[in-house]
Amino acid sequence: MRDFDYIRPASIPDAIAAAAEPGSAYLAGGTNLLDLMKGGVTSPQRIVDISRLPELNRIERLEDGGLRIGALVRNADLAHDAAFAKAYPMVAEALLSGASAQLRNAATVGGNLLQRTRCSYFYDTASACNKRVSGAGCAALGGENRLHAVLGWSDACIATHPSDFCVPLVALDAVVEIEGKQGRRHVTLAEFHLLPGETPQRENALEPGDLIVAVRLPAEAASFAANARYLKVRERTSYAFALVSAAAALVVDGGKIRAARLALGGVAAKPWRARAAEAMLLGADANEATFASAADAALADASPSGDNAFKIELARRIVVRALTSAQAGTPERLPALPASPFSNIPGARHDA
Amino acid sequence: MTLELGLNQQPAHLRQGSSIGQPLTRRDGFLKVTGAARYAADNHPPGMLYAVLAVSSIARGRVASLDIEAAKAHKGVVEVMTPRNRPALAMDPDAKDHPFMFRLDLLQNDEVRYPNQSIAVVIAETLEAATEGAVLLSPRYEELPARVGLDDAESFVPRGVGVGNPAVQHKGDVEAGLKSARTRIEATYETPAQYHNAMEPHAIVAAWDGDRLSIDTPSQGLAMAQGRIAGLFGIAPQNIHIRSPFLGGGFGSKGMISGPQVLGVLAARLVGRPVKLVLRREQMYGPVGHRAPTRQTLRMGMDGQGRLTAIDHHAKTASSTFDDFFEPAADASHTLYASPAIATSHEAVRLDTGTPLFMRAPGEATGSIALESAIDEAAHACGMDPLEFRLRNYAEVEPMTGKPFSSKALRECYSQAAKAFGWASRPLQPRLMRDADGFLTGWGVGTATFPALMFQAEARAVLRADGSGLMETGAQDMGQGAWTAFAQIAADGLGLDIDQVDFRAGSSDLPNAGIAGGSGHTATAGMAIHNAGAAVVAKLADLATENKASPLFGAGNEGVVARGGRLYRRDDENRSESYAEILTRAGLTEVEGRGKGAPDPASQETYAKHAHGAVFAEVKVDPDFGQIRVTRMVGAFAAGRVINPRLVRSQYYGGMIWGVSFALHEEAVTDRRSGRIQNANLAEYHVPVNADVPSVEALLVHEDDPHINALGIKGVGEIGVTGTAGAVANAVWHATGVRPRRFPIRIEDLLA
Repeated sequence: MRDFDYIRPASIPDAIAAAAEPGSAYLAGGTNLLDLMKGGVTSPQRIVDISRLPELNRIERLEDGGLRIGALVRNADLAHDAAFAKAYPMVAEALLSGASAQLRNAATVGGNLLQRTRCSYFYDTASACNKRVSGAGCAALGGENRLHAVLGWSDACIATHPSDFCVPLVALDAVVEIEGKQGRRHVTLAEFHLLPGETPQRENALEPGDLIVAVRLPAEAASFAANARYLKVRERTSYAFALVSAAAALVVDGGKIRAARLALGGVAAKPWRARAAEAMLLGADANEATFASAADAALADASPSGDNAFKIELARRIVVRALTSAQAGTPERLPALPASPFSNIPGARHDA
Repeated sequence: MTLELGLNQQPAHLRQGSSIGQPLTRRDGFLKVTGAARYAADNHPPGMLYAVLAVSSIARGRVASLDIEAAKAHKGVVEVMTPRNRPALAMDPDAKDHPFMFRLDLLQNDEVRYPNQSIAVVIAETLEAATEGAVLLSPRYEELPARVGLDDAESFVPRGVGVGNPAVQHKGDVEAGLKSARTRIEATYETPAQYHNAMEPHAIVAAWDGDRLSIDTPSQGLAMAQGRIAGLFGIAPQNIHIRSPFLGGGFGSKGMISGPQVLGVLAARLVGRPVKLVLRREQMYGPVGHRAPTRQTLRMGMDGQGRLTAIDHHAKTASSTFDDFFEPAADASHTLYASPAIATSHEAVRLDTGTPLFMRAPGEATGSIALESAIDEAAHACGMDPLEFRLRNYAEVEPMTGKPFSSKALRECYSQAAKAFGWASRPLQPRLMRDADGFLTGWGVGTATFPALMFQAEARAVLRADGSGLMETGAQDMGQGAWTAFAQIAADGLGLDIDQVDFRAGSSDLPNAGIAGGSGHTATAGMAIHNAGAAVVAKLADLATENKASPLFGAGNEGVVARGGRLYRRDDENRSESYAEILTRAGLTEVEGRGKGAPDPASQETYAKHAHGAVFAEVKVDPDFGQIRVTRMVGAFAAGRVINPRLVRSQYYGGMIWGVSFALHEEAVTDRRSGRIQNANLAEYHVPVNADVPSVEALLVHEDDPHINALGIKGVGEIGVTGTAGAVANAVWHATGVRPRRFPIRIEDLLA
């Protein structure tokens, strides 16, 4: 093991000062960072352990009707917060469809946003990876890439962002609250993650030392509670990343769509907000034809980055199903197999 | 030591009547769930150092340089072992004296033959220092192009496949059979490379004392490991003591001692201190064996009644560039279905991988999924129900040899499992069943089979003057329940309550129990135990029946029976004497007997010996997404006498879940350019999670086999994989109308 400094700051300003030094990394749940360090994928010289910082593990209802989720709230605690799950059911469903129960108990809100891609070439230090070593090349191009991006990729990088949680969050206009050397600022989640372009090593809007302190949901996000769904297709029922996932939320009145939110997961280097599809849905009749058109719009710019053309058609179908499920109404209880197409099979347990 | 703490002192093992046949819980279960069971890597002798492998990141070439100075300069690093300073061995690791001696990578040179091959060992005061030392070696290579896929090298016909079977076999005229057929099918199926992924990684703690060697390491074959290490180091086998009380799974990957384990021994030799070496998960993808990929083509012909006229089963597979193990996939067609003409053939290529080896149902698993899929295709081509088709082609004698079966209750398996499953209401055509939620529903069947093998084993039994007994054999418990099942056989063999029996196993200083493999351990070591018990009871009987003071005097050794710690006169149950009384009178503290277990050559010649089973599976498939979920499985198995129904069911469950894994999940994804495995971890190398197997039922079908061995035991460890994988694949076809031809079945294969 490589030696590194371990610092446990007592306050947020102390943390930011410590992490502003080059070669620093924040440690919260550690579910991704420790694996990356063990694999030699990243080698921070300084670990700033924020896991015991006070006040970052609170869920607060704001006066304007919004919600503020502290960056250190554990994924499991957030998903099992009854009021949260009631107001933002597709976010709870996404959280519970991610990773395993053990990981959800450790992983944090801020860490979820910052988790690294699961591209195997990123983890394989003998392979070329522009994310790991800028300018090294991309071994995933022409490699084993059936799981890779179909939207927003570049020749420099075809990796995807693996988060489930971020998909409904970006659909609901979540905002990332960041504290840095220049004080506190807000960045929308849609703008937080960056597409690879020529600089895939830059994955988000954070500057050195910047600390995510909270994620905010605006008041409007709760207005979709009655018609919202997260769906995730994968190759085993639990503990697997999405091939493709979708978060869909509607406000329907008299058969007309009064508001629509749609985002895709597993398709790009960021949680993919499908704004063109939303525009098409707005004001249209809530029916299968509309949903199919929306799906086409959502995938209009998609192209395979390798052996993954099937993901485009799969994504279309998931969009249609997610919108159809949202229209049908949020399930009264969180499904036993969260986000699974098989969520209604009797006997299934939600802690699987 | 932990072993003595608990294995024979579990109060929960109350029973009625004899021990064999009782559903005892695992005697080691308490130790395992409390963490008290000591696995190899839990050992920490005084002065121990940690060794970490540096492994190759290329598939083929040579190591051009290692920065040994940088590694040695790291704090805590004691030594770096490379080809330059590796202690001498008494034999070349590339020597192959017999087909089961597999070549090992023991730093004999700088050549790289596969990714994850050991290229150096770093030994340090801490695991962390050794790990970082291995990174600091920063190897540089001279790299050659990797040969990765089944089409990347010239193919050839291997001299033998599996355990030395001929690569090409036939009976009858397959071409004539196909020509005369009313209906024919031909299909090609592909199966990927798979890795054992036992929960416990290969681990070793080795300590030298002069030319004596003490080892803690998981082993499915203690005596073989002892012999192999003795040969490599030029020391007497009895100078090597291997302890292997518990294995965290083996599945064949711990059958033979692997290169990394021997490197642990070499490291301890080099530094003159005890050394621990534990493989990292990703390091298990190379030097400890795997299941080779296959591409299998089946051709079948059927007459107007749906009877097979010919089966032609061809398999292409791969071995490493430097050793010979050839997955005998096509041999699956030798035993299951009657046909006047059967041909099986194999070809192979050599790839830049570690040597493939035995992996749970080697040949049977790969061959079964192809054969059972093809049989299903043949049934459909004949317009027949797949179960009816299998019964129409039921083999009354072993098809390839014409030998009678020593026993075969497969018809009972079919009927019991079909009934429990509800098969009768299955529509013949695919894509006709939908459930209330709109999911495509399909039902499939597969036939399971595995040979009933026996090897060689010995056991030592002791009866003591205090009325207790001791049974010793170097048997191996991989988690399958050997501690419990063998203790049950020992108790009955000694005529004692199980709590009166001290059962010892898992150590190389005990009698050679052979290998825990080939599903033959219970039969082989069980017979040794049974015979040792009989031998010691016979000695005791002689002491009693030849002594005038005994109430058994004059009964003759055949005239007494042993039960509950007493000998009874067969003709008069009122006349009996306890073991303690007999030994005390004779002035003995104990009496000893020995027994062997081995196949009977005469019955081997006469009979075909196999366990059989039938597996029925239900799958649901999302019609839009192609996501598959196995919702129900029912298997029925006939495998001779059941020693412990709880453990046997558990073996069947495990095998059936493995079958689901084969059909839907497992695949080593290899980069086609570098040859490196891209998913060498348990997050990305998928095996089923609990949510993937909601309902599994295993029925035990009664089967008396008078020919197999005195106890009537076949084997249960591997058969569950076979049949199941095909049943799942066939259910997917029945649900969707899409015939899976490559495994695991992928979503894109089902997206219409």
